[in-house]
Amino acid sequence: MDMSQIKDTAKQDVDVAVSVRGVSKNYGDVEALKDLSLDFPRGELTSLLGPSGCGKTTLLKIIAGLLEPTSGQVEVNGKTVTGPGPNRAFVFQDFALLPWATVLRNVAFGLELRGVAKSERESIAEKYIKDVGLAGFENSYPHELSGGMRQRVGLARALSVDAKVLLLDEPFSAVDEQTRRKFQEDLLALVKNENKTFIFVTHSIEEAVYVSDQIAILLPRPSRVSEIIRPSGFRDKPVDQIRRDREYLDIVDKIWASLRNYVE
Amino acid sequence: MRHRSLILKFLSAVIVFGTWEIAGRIPVSYAFPTFFESMLALVNLTLDGTIFTAYAETLKPLVVGVCISTVLGIGFGLWIGLSEKFDWLFSPIFIVMQAAPLAALIPLLVMAYGIGLTSKVFVVCIMAMPVIVLNTSSAVRNTPSSLKEMGRSFLASDTEIILKIIIPAASPIIFSGLRLGVSAGFIGAILSELKITPTGVGDIITYSRSIADYPSMYAAIFSIIVLAVLFLNLLEKVETHLFRGNVRGYVSD
Repeated sequence: MDMSQIKDTAKQDVDVAVSVRGVSKNYGDVEALKDLSLDFPRGELTSLLGPSGCGKTTLLKIIAGLLEPTSGQVEVNGKTVTGPGPNRAFVFQDFALLPWATVLRNVAFGLELRGVAKSERESIAEKYIKDVGLAGFENSYPHELSGGMRQRVGLARALSVDAKVLLLDEPFSAVDEQTRRKFQEDLLALVKNENKTFIFVTHSIEEAVYVSDQIAILLPRPSRVSEIIRPSGFRDKPVDQIRRDREYLDIVDKIWASLRNYVE
Repeated sequence: MRHRSLILKFLSAVIVFGTWEIAGRIPVSYAFPTFFESMLALVNLTLDGTIFTAYAETLKPLVVGVCISTVLGIGFGLWIGLSEKFDWLFSPIFIVMQAAPLAALIPLLVMAYGIGLTSKVFVVCIMAMPVIVLNTSSAVRNTPSSLKEMGRSFLASDTEIILKIIIPAASPIIFSGLRLGVSAGFIGAILSELKITPTGVGDIITYSRSIADYPSMYAAIFSIIVLAVLFLNLLEKVETHLFRGNVRGYVSD
């Protein structure tokens, strides 16, 4: 009993990077989000998981500052979000690459908008292009790349601005299954090596459990956080052991059991 | 592949000119010369310099009109595409301009602006501008919203979003509007020379018809078509040079 209380207080002291407080969002008469509160611990990956139409992406865009909440507020490092900021970078579901620009210019685009000099931003971009495994494609155009490679460009662009919070909006939903698995492994390495906070929207239960330190289950109409799950046992295991871990399988089943009623 | 497209171009030219030659030889009408007669007349017009003095005259309203239409057209198009209020205010004008039977309105223009360059420039603009404006505005309005969001999330200012995202994204459709506008401008230039005062190429056409020198008349018509085609090709080259990756359309398609 005592032990568990100690553990609870320890949890509350977790260093919070992003905190969502009582956020509601209405589109006309439709309540997309209702009084939603959620904390995102620093240096960890938190998934927003839920059936389609539950407002995951809306919440992510509110954190990004792209949408304004109807009420409530979002704090990043203790400061209230009023719009997009340099401490957050976004990875888009449809990649959002400039078709007329080379991979190099696309990756450097975030820095370009921040007014970084050309030679400097290109050398930074080249480093991240190499990091995501696209060395040699600097002068290719997006249409010459496969879906997976395009998303690597999107990821490199988000990494190159060196934001402390990375927002990923279903980044792997438009790539094929095998590329996706590789991405998930790379993402785990990224979370471990970069000291960044990741907020990850997905509709795949397996994906969420596989990559997350914390999973927030959202239920729809109006959206609220129904449950927060923190997998603990398999996070330090090698990537190829996770999918056969007992706890991994249990959590996947448990989440499906609670979501299945909401899926038409 | 490149080689093949050249052969195809050559082949289609042979078919068109061959048909022209045959039709001229039948003849379908006494007022319709053969291809070779027309080309011979074109060579003659070139050798005695008539065609150059004619174009010096015709190109004036054409170039001025096309330049005005391009700058104003793209400017208006951007504005209309970006602001709903402006769309509501100005779109109807250009739609009316596009649908108006221009030839019937020319006397009105002449009454207002006389028979000089001004009226002719107006005719070119009325022909060229609407399609440039309407294409530009609809391209701007249809910029993929995820690109604009991307710009915002990476801290682009409004000006940067317009210059670095909206305009390049809209450029394929803006350029196709320019191509249509410029070819309409060519039509406008000749129309104004036929309807207002016979000068330049319009003069060659009118004069040769009145003295039944049909080969020269068709030579003049042919030359203006060739000029228009050359100019449109140049425009296309400029476009591919400026926006190389756009050739294959949007990435998210």
